[in-house]
Amino acid sequence: MSTDRQLFDYLLRLADSDLVLAQRLGEWVGHGPVLEEDIALTNVGLDLLGQARLWFAYAGEVEARFAGAGRSEDALAFLRNGGEFRNLLLVEQPNGNYADTIARQFYFDAWHRLLLAKLTHSRDARIVEIAAKAEKEVTYHVERSADWVIRLGDGTGESHVKMQAAIDDMWMYTGEMFDPDETDTALAEEGIGCDLRALAPAWREAVVSVLDEATLTVPSWTSMQRGGKNGVHTEHLGHMLATMQSLQRTYPGAQW
Amino acid sequence: MERTEWPLWEIFIRSQHGLAHKHVGSLHAPDAEMAIKNARDVYTRRNEGVSIWAVKSADITATAPSEKGPLFEPANSKIYRHPTFFPMPDEVKHI
Repeated sequence: MSTDRQLFDYLLRLADSDLVLAQRLGEWVGHGPVLEEDIALTNVGLDLLGQARLWFAYAGEVEARFAGAGRSEDALAFLRNGGEFRNLLLVEQPNGNYADTIARQFYFDAWHRLLLAKLTHSRDARIVEIAAKAEKEVTYHVERSADWVIRLGDGTGESHVKMQAAIDDMWMYTGEMFDPDETDTALAEEGIGCDLRALAPAWREAVVSVLDEATLTVPSWTSMQRGGKNGVHTEHLGHMLATMQSLQRTYPGAQW
Repeated sequence: MERTEWPLWEIFIRSQHGLAHKHVGSLHAPDAEMAIKNARDVYTRRNEGVSIWAVKSADITATAPSEKGPLFEPANSKIYRHPTFFPMPDEVKHI
């Protein structure tokens, strides 16, 4: 039997991965390689931010059920420390060059779409509602990031080398996407969450097919980094949060 | 190293209620597929359209501004070509 506390934690995982990746994509504003990419990439970031808000809002309501009061979207986003963040390690990795950004995005998008498709069959009506809205956006995200993997992989000699390096570098952060813990398992068993392990074959198939078309080699090693969902992060998250949260920390309660 | 810019594309969008695609602007993209995707992100962020056309700017043949006189001015004096001399029936739409 899953508890509201587990559901809260589960919703934070969904929200935090969206939020952290949105913040990373936001760092590209004004720095995109061309104007069109700058707009397109930050559109994706805004989609993810919108999704994060929906998950946070629901998480706050669930928190109120067991804690007496639930935190607001802003409190959850801007007033938690790194150790309380539940996002995947993949999405907190720095932007690097454009190939790094695209590799991170593609791995995440391919997983995100599969996850959301499953969550549209959740027994929790709110999860279904949010997942259905997000799935449409993410279907476009993965098309776009896959297109770029193919164009850079099968592009010039230089773009191929950089894309392969990025695909290799990000690989070790993909394992935890399919690695359930007690919370995942409890929610999956009740039909609220989904079986993360079951997403792996479809994800791998999608990734292999795109990398093949991009003339890139699928990384073969299996040693993976994990810890995001338990709050154990890479050193990059803290720096990112320092920037992201500075305004709300300096002027608590500040509003637009 | 040779510097190659992406080609320029002209973007046409059919709006929710419109019957025809209208020119909305131009953008750069490496190929047709990316031109459509970029157009989606640059020009339909606010729900402007239901269909996009992308055409390579280089493929458009245009009239030269210097030919304006011979091409268009002769029509100025022929007001009888305008359908303004009879009442328009209410049933006729899209004119």
